[in-house]
Parts: sequence; C-alpha cells; structure tokens
Amino acid sequence: MTALVFLIPAALFLGLLGLGAFLWSLKSGQFDDLDGAAQRILIDDDDEPDRSEPGGGGTAS
Amino acid sequence: MGHATAASTHAVPDGLAPWVREPSPGLRHMDLIVPGAHCAGCIAKIERGLKSERGIVDARLNLSTKRLAVDWREDSFSAQGVLDRLQALGFEARPFDAGEAGQDADGREGRELLRALAVAGFAAGNVMLLSVSVWSGADAATRDLFHWLSALIALPAVVFAGRPFFRSAARALRGRGLNMDVPISLAVILAAGMSLYETIMRGPVTYFDASLMLLFFLLIGRVLDHMTRARARSAATRLLSLSAAGATVVEEGGRRSFRAIRDIAPGMTVAVAPGERIPADGTVLSGESDIDRSLVTGEAAPVAVRAGARLEAGTMNLTGPLEITVSAAGEDTFLADIVRLMEAAERARARTVLLADRVARIYAPAVHVIALATFAAWLLAGSGGHAALMTAIAVLIITCPCALALAVPTVQVAASGVLFRGGVMLKDGGVLERLAEIDTVIFDKTGTLTLGRPVFSGLGTVDTQVLALAHGLARGSAHPLAAALARQIAERDVAPASLSAVREVPGRGLEGVFEGRTVRLGSRVWCGIEDAGEGERDATGPELCLMLDGTVAAVFAAQDRVRPGARATMELLKRRGLAIALLSGDRAGAVAALGAQLGIRDRHAAMSPQDKAAFVARLEAEGRKVLMVGDGINDAPALAAAHASMAPSSAADIGRTAAGLVFLGEDLRAVARAHRTACLARRLIIQNFALAVLYNLIAVPVAVAGLASPLVAAIAMSASSIVVTANALRLRLARGVGATETAP
Repeated sequence: MTALVFLIPAALFLGLLGLGAFLWSLKSGQFDDLDGAAQRILIDDDDEPDRSEPGGGGTAS
Repeated sequence: MGHATAASTHAVPDGLAPWVREPSPGLRHMDLIVPGAHCAGCIAKIERGLKSERGIVDARLNLSTKRLAVDWREDSFSAQGVLDRLQALGFEARPFDAGEAGQDADGREGRELLRALAVAGFAAGNVMLLSVSVWSGADAATRDLFHWLSALIALPAVVFAGRPFFRSAARALRGRGLNMDVPISLAVILAAGMSLYETIMRGPVTYFDASLMLLFFLLIGRVLDHMTRARARSAATRLLSLSAAGATVVEEGGRRSFRAIRDIAPGMTVAVAPGERIPADGTVLSGESDIDRSLVTGEAAPVAVRAGARLEAGTMNLTGPLEITVSAAGEDTFLADIVRLMEAAERARARTVLLADRVARIYAPAVHVIALATFAAWLLAGSGGHAALMTAIAVLIITCPCALALAVPTVQVAASGVLFRGGVMLKDGGVLERLAEIDTVIFDKTGTLTLGRPVFSGLGTVDTQVLALAHGLARGSAHPLAAALARQIAERDVAPASLSAVREVPGRGLEGVFEGRTVRLGSRVWCGIEDAGEGERDATGPELCLMLDGTVAAVFAAQDRVRPGARATMELLKRRGLAIALLSGDRAGAVAALGAQLGIRDRHAAMSPQDKAAFVARLEAEGRKVLMVGDGINDAPALAAAHASMAPSSAADIGRTAAGLVFLGEDLRAVARAHRTACLARRLIIQNFALAVLYNLIAVPVAVAGLASPLVAAIAMSASSIVVTANALRLRLARGVGATETAP
C-alpha cells in the first residue's frame, strides 16, 4: 500500500503533464491549420545557403 | 468560371482601409481569404511570391480556413499591392474581416470546448483510476483517502468543464424554458455536491467519476457539433462574393473614378469593360457589345446590344467596352427586386423543427419528472431523505443523455466529412435533415442541367480549309462563342490560317482578309443571310456563320452541353421515387429538347424569377417538399423558397448564397449523392435515437429501483456512447455515398 504514496502522485503528475502539453499546443495554434501542416512537408525548401559563413550551407535545408 | 476575374483590380486603395490593421507603428496587417488555395504548391507560390516583394515582412497561409495573413512595412508597400501581387500569381483574393464573419467568435468557442474536453478527459481518467480501486474493495481508510483525492480532482474540473452547460442552462431558465442542458447541469452539480457530502461523512459511495464521465461524453458531442457548424460557416464565407462592389464612373469632362456601389445614383454614366458585370440597371449610351444574360434570364445565347438597349445589373459584358446611363441603383435595381423576392420566400417557408430539438422537448421534462418521482416514491416508501436523494441522483445521471447528445453530431460530422470529400459543401447542419425529406426535385436548365458553355457539333463535315479560316479569325476574339469554336477546331489539329486586317465588331462578328479575299465570321446578320429587322427565331442554340467572298461557306451550330452524369442523375432520382421537374427562363424549344433528352416530362419554359418562386411555393403549400437545384440570379428566389436547395459552384454569387448546399465540379451526380448521404444520415440518426431509448428502457428501471451503483452507471454510460458513435461511423462504410457511385 505504501507504493500508492508514490504511484498516485506520479500518475497525476504525468496526466497533468499531458494535459498541460495539450492546452499549450491549443493555445499556440498547433490545431489551427491541420491541412496546411500536412501539405507543407511537401514544399521544397530552397532557402539560399548563408554565404557569409564559409561552409554554413549545410544547415539551411 | 471566370465570372469574377476582374475583381480585385478595381478596388480603390481607400476601399481597403477598413481591413488594414496596425499591429505596431510602421507595420500594417491584413487578413485575406484565398478560395483557390488547395495544395502545397499554392502555399509555396503565395507565400514565396509575397515574401519576395520588398516591404512585405511576413505572409502565412492557413490551408484549412484559406486565410492569408500578410504583414508589410507601411512606407514600402500597400494593401492594393498585396491584392495585385496575388492577382499576378493567379489567385483571387479578397480582404477578410474575421469579426464580420463571426469566425473569431467561432474559433474562441471551439478552443473553449476543446479545453473543457481536455480537462474533463484528464479528470475522468484519473478519478476512474481511483474509483476502480474503491470498487475492487479498498478498505475504509484507503477508500476515504481515494474519495478525497477524487474530490480534489473532480470539483475544479466540474466547475471548469461544466461551464458551457451551466451557461446554456442558465440562459434557458432565465427565458423560462427547458433545454437538455438543464437536466445535465442538475445531474452534474447534484452528483458532485452529494459526493462531496458523502466524502466528508465518510460514506461508502461517491459519484465523482460518473459526473466527470458525463461531462466528457457530452463535451465530445459538443465539439463534434461545433466542428460541423464551423466547417459549414467557413464554407459559407468562402462562397461570399469575390467581386469588388463598385463601378467606374465617367464624370463630366471625361474624368473616370472608381466609386463604391452605394454611391452610384441614377443619371450617372458608368464605363463597363469587357469581362465585367453590369453594376446597375441602365441603358447603353455608347458602345456595342454582347451581353451574357444567362445568370439573369437562363437564356444560353449571348445577346448583342447597342446604344439604347436596356441592361440589368448582374449581367456580364462580353466583348466591347460600354458606357451606360444608370436608370436605377441600389434599392431600385433588378437585383434588389430579386433579393426582396428571396426574403419574402424565406419568410413564407415553414421553419422545420430539427429532429434533435423535437426529441429534447419531450426528453428534458421527462427526465425531471422521473427523477422527482423516484425521490418522492422512495421517501413515501419509508427510506430516509438521504437514500432517496442518492437514488434520484443516480436516476439523473443514468438518464442523462450521453447517447442522445452524441446521436446527431456524430452522424453529422461523418456525413459532412463524406460530402466534403466528394466536393459538396454544407451551409448548415439542418440542411442534411431537410434534404432527406424531399419528394420533388426541380432543376433549372442553363448552367444547372447544362454547363452553360457552348459546344459546336458537326465540325467533322466541314472542309478543312474553311475550318482553318474560322480558326484564324476566331482565335483572337474574347467572345465566348468564337473562343469555344477556336478551341474546338484546335482540338481537331487544324492549324489557323493567317489572316490580315482582322477586326472585331462587337455584337456582330469578325472580319479579316485571306489571300485577297474577305472572310467574315459572326451572326447571320453579319454575313448577310438575314435582315437585322427580322425577329427572334426559335433556334435551339446560338450559331456562327462563315462568309467567304460574299457567299456563306459554313454555319456552325452550337449547343449548350449537358452536364456529365445528368441522365444518370435523373435515373437515380426517379428510382428513389422522386418527382422531377424542369423550370427554365429559356425558350420553349430549347427546354423541350433538353427535357426530352433527359426524360423529364414536367417542364416549364419562359419562367420569370417570380414564376419560379411561385411554382416552388405552390408545391410547398400543397405539402410537397421540394429540392431546388439552380444556379442563376433568376433562381435565387426559388432556391430560397424551397425546402432544400443546391447550387453548382459556378453559380451566381446570389445563387450560391441562397442555396443550402453547393457542389464543386461539373458532374451532376453530386445531387443524387448528396441526397443519398442525407437519407442515410437521417436513418442513422433515427437508429441512434432508438438505441438511446432502448438503453434508457433498460437503465432507468434499474436506477429507479436503486440498483445503479457508480460502477453500473459508468458501464452503462460508456457502452451506450460507444454504440451510438460506432453506428454513426457506419456512414463512412456505406456504399454509394462516396465519389465512386456508378451510373446504372
């Protein structure tokens, strides 16, 4: 029974963590454009590599 | 269709001011709606195209809502520049005010419901965990601890997640009415309060889990319901007019200025370029052109006009620039008449009470009566007030309409999703229910049964040399007939002959010189076959003549093409026992020909907008339920008068606004498909209600008898909700509702 002293707070904490994550994502607009998110992955990112930094081009894509 | 092509170029810079906001000094922000955006390519094109402009700070497109947010620096860019750039990229756009369309409020409500759902789900899960331990036989001290923990989680959660219901119940009670939310709120509050009392008194039974689960399931229903309505509303916003409401006014001295439509007064002169809609009723002052009146009268063939001709607002100027003296504006125009007719028709239409509301009217009082009766009966039977109250609360919880609350929204979300993917947009959820009840379908002709586009027949029998000449003349013209002819000849791989000195006479035809010989393409009058004075012939369609050196070399007869799937649609609808009628503003000959081709016997020609609306209203008065399918301005009153209405996306703005459903694409089978989906949805909703009633028939006696322990309540509630949801999802599996239905 003493295990409960840890288990219940642990369960509640994990649950609250999930709830907090969901509320945060809702607030920050993660659910505003579900179709767009699915399509944006298909856009070729043709950002120009940053030429001012030698060899910095690899990070742009 | 390109009806609204010239929209944004005519908006004055000042006219955009109401939509531009200033988030920080020097920065400007505008929201636009871009209906044409639909894929990754569109996102990339729009966002990059805008961001590459100097002065534009940010551009972000939301593909779900088709909304584009643009930020720019005030000193180096303008709102008009944004619209022009989008136009250059090939996208129609118009400024969008979220507040005006109610979408801000929509978004807020949706987020609040989701937050409540998340909190209710979290709390229900954790409390259930504790409850299961109690049910499996936790002893006294542990049980009390668990009850206290449950109370700690449940009470704030109930207060937070229950707000949407409490507010709605309070509103109903203030209005001295009852809605479903009253018994829901009562059950949740009583159950939570009673459980808190039990916890303090170290009692053995609490209902925290039940009240939270109740909220959780009900919120799922609310969220689904909200999703359907938000989807419908955003479809409706997307369908609103793309055209700039204004006209180019020619002032004395020839100066031209763009004015908003409300500033146009009778007596003014307005200039209308080819491709623009006539902004107000008037007469032609100068210029010659062809006018496409199909959206106004249903007549397929363009009409030639010259000085002195009368024009109605809403018709399209095709070939030549016109100057028009405005004879009526605003409230006095033909269009305003139509709007008045529509409003009258809508008022006259009996408001149907939705199934769910009808059920709620019986259900809500019944729940209260049963709970009260249980309380009274147990008191009279000699049990204490405490036990009687506990039983009454159990009855409230058990009867609370989880399954009932899910019965309609789950089906509607599934149905609107299926329709949406099939290219049919709903304007509100009630439309589906009304569509399922229809017994008569009335079609408009031009633009609805047909595509409203001319197609030439018999080109194969014409000499290739003549075709080449026709192609050479027609390819430079913007006239829809000539353009269609050029396109069709090009499809036959006939290269255009190269003519010199080509000129176009608006309203008449084209002329050019080929190897020293004069070639003319145009109306019979233009080619000298008929005198201009001769009256209207009852031809079945428009035609073009080709004259070579004074003799007619060919007559190209065009016919409006029937929409693909039209015949199959008639068959499908007839097999479902629906009566079909054809109402058209066109001439009797054309209507009879099409009616015969499609097997429609009940057909009426030369109908005015008033006639159409009256026809529909008469049928409705006889108790028939009519589905009106139409696209024109002349159909709008009939669309408004009908029990349910549907329009193709190519319809006039006013037609799309009046219709409850709008289908994309050319295929008319969308009508049959939407009807079938609606019928299926209705059947599933009724089945769901039956399931919910069945569940209550079993559960209520158990609860009244005092046998509904929290465990029984939990099982009953979740089982019934899952059954109802699963039943609704069968809609997606049903054959014949997707895009794949085959014609017989």
